[in-house]
Amino acid sequence: MIEGARWRTWVFFYVPMALFLVFLLFPFYWMVITAVRPDGELYRPWNAINYNPFWTWKPTWDHVRYLLDETLFVTWLWNTTFIALASTAISLVCGVFAGYALSRLTFPFAGSLGTGIFITYLVPQTLLFIPLAEIIRNYRLGDTPWALILTYPTFLIPFCTWLMMGYFKAVPKELEECARIDGASRWQAMLYIVIPVAIPGILSAGIFAFTLSWNEFVYALVFLSSPEQKTVPVGVTSELIRGDVFFWGPLMAGALLGSIPVAIAYSFFVEHYVAGLTGSVKG
Amino acid sequence: MAIAETQVYMPQAPRPRLRLLEDERWLALVLLVPTLVLLGLFIAYPFVRGILLSVTSSRVGVPGEFVGLANFYKIFNDGIFRTSVYNTFVYTGVTTVFKLALGLWLAMLLNRNFRGKALTRAFILLPFIIPTVLSTFAWKWMFDPTFSVLNWLLYHFGLITGRINWLGDPDLAMISIIIVNIWRGVPFFAISLLAGLQTISPELNEAAAIDGAKPWQRFWHITWPLLLPVTMVVVLFSVIQTFADFQIVYVMTGGGPANATHLFATYAYQIGIGTGLLSEGAAISLAMFPVLFLVVIIQLLYIRRVEVR
Repeated sequence: MIEGARWRTWVFFYVPMALFLVFLLFPFYWMVITAVRPDGELYRPWNAINYNPFWTWKPTWDHVRYLLDETLFVTWLWNTTFIALASTAISLVCGVFAGYALSRLTFPFAGSLGTGIFITYLVPQTLLFIPLAEIIRNYRLGDTPWALILTYPTFLIPFCTWLMMGYFKAVPKELEECARIDGASRWQAMLYIVIPVAIPGILSAGIFAFTLSWNEFVYALVFLSSPEQKTVPVGVTSELIRGDVFFWGPLMAGALLGSIPVAIAYSFFVEHYVAGLTGSVKG
Repeated sequence: MAIAETQVYMPQAPRPRLRLLEDERWLALVLLVPTLVLLGLFIAYPFVRGILLSVTSSRVGVPGEFVGLANFYKIFNDGIFRTSVYNTFVYTGVTTVFKLALGLWLAMLLNRNFRGKALTRAFILLPFIIPTVLSTFAWKWMFDPTFSVLNWLLYHFGLITGRINWLGDPDLAMISIIIVNIWRGVPFFAISLLAGLQTISPELNEAAAIDGAKPWQRFWHITWPLLLPVTMVVVLFSVIQTFADFQIVYVMTGGGPANATHLFATYAYQIGIGTGLLSEGAAISLAMFPVLFLVVIIQLLYIRRVEVR
């Protein structure tokens, strides 16, 4: 695409690309290097002499060990995994069913229901968290994983539905009709013919929903109070800071270890994730 | 006739419960019930509760009584609330412009063939994948007044002589927050716009090039108009998320210094949860609603227009 001399490729492609990569990835490098750097090196003022902030010759596991032994980090990891998997599963079932109904069945108010679900997709968590906290308390769900497992689907279902509608619309009607002529009921045709064809869509919705619930913060912050119930983002925020003192080593180790599960899940399904992301925008 | 046919093809009639599901309307109802129950219980109901809460004087543990619009009257006369409103608009406006410009640039870079393209794209999305709170802590550590690596860099490049107290000064704190939001949002813009770019046929650009159009002209007269629908949706989507943002400010400054960097959401949290003034907090949250509503309406109208075409 770029015509002309070689230097143009450098100026218009390699240099900007490299700058973008440094800007976007440097914080993660900083997380890693902080997590393995001994405290003595960590707390040296930025203008100290002979100080190289970008490398350490004395890497240490102290921060990771502190995190795993002295804090409830492992419990938080387990909580987050359980909550993210459960809310993803609920959202997938609801989203696949609703997406099927809205894209392939004719019934009264189908259009306005679709619009309604799309609007809830755009409701941010911060609009409703105060009344929702009250409701959670009234249902006696406060400080339990169920407070999150039941509320996370509110922002996952609309997105799953929206994405699945796109996939279901692409399945030809004839496929389902053939199955029905062969004696399958509507329910069976949906379950055994249409849904299997839309498996890539289900994977995309699932991986996207999993990362969203792993990352959620506001509801988890407001609905959970005891340390052993917390999720990773909330636990790291509230338990690794004492007043004004930040334990930067363990904090960065926690940020790193707390990111690895989503990063792994993501790396296995990059293509599906991207399909989900772009599908969620285009609808 | 129809009945006879079914009997021919279906030797055993399904059980009555399942026969009901043969009716499209009943099947649709059954399939939609779980979704409608969850969304009703945890979106529609809280929304109504929020409105009711905002016109009473509830605190934590105190039910409160009807006070009309007193809470709204109170917050509109509150200096910190006004600052939060101003901050939210600045934050949303500035970050959206930068996210769009940088995201589009990055998307155009990614839209050509080079070695390691798939890997680059996968890495670029990381800021969007990694829990925002956790990566924001890395930024907070980078902006630390005493141990800031950014100060170290700027100092060694000879750009500054003394330290910069990034999060201690209201304006610099706002700039820091804006940088983090841009950092987090650029990947989303880039990948979504890249998907849009890939739907544009390269032949259009080639034809224009043959006719003598300069790269800039090709972008302005071909790529940009064709990309506009995707751009609109991405921007509106991002505006909603940014306008209601919470995590970055909560971690970076907690609304400080001296309540100078609050957004709607963080101030609502501080008043509603921190101080326990539930009604006032709910009122602050709900004050976001008119703007969000407007954006949603624009988005719905726009999508409809695109679909009709």
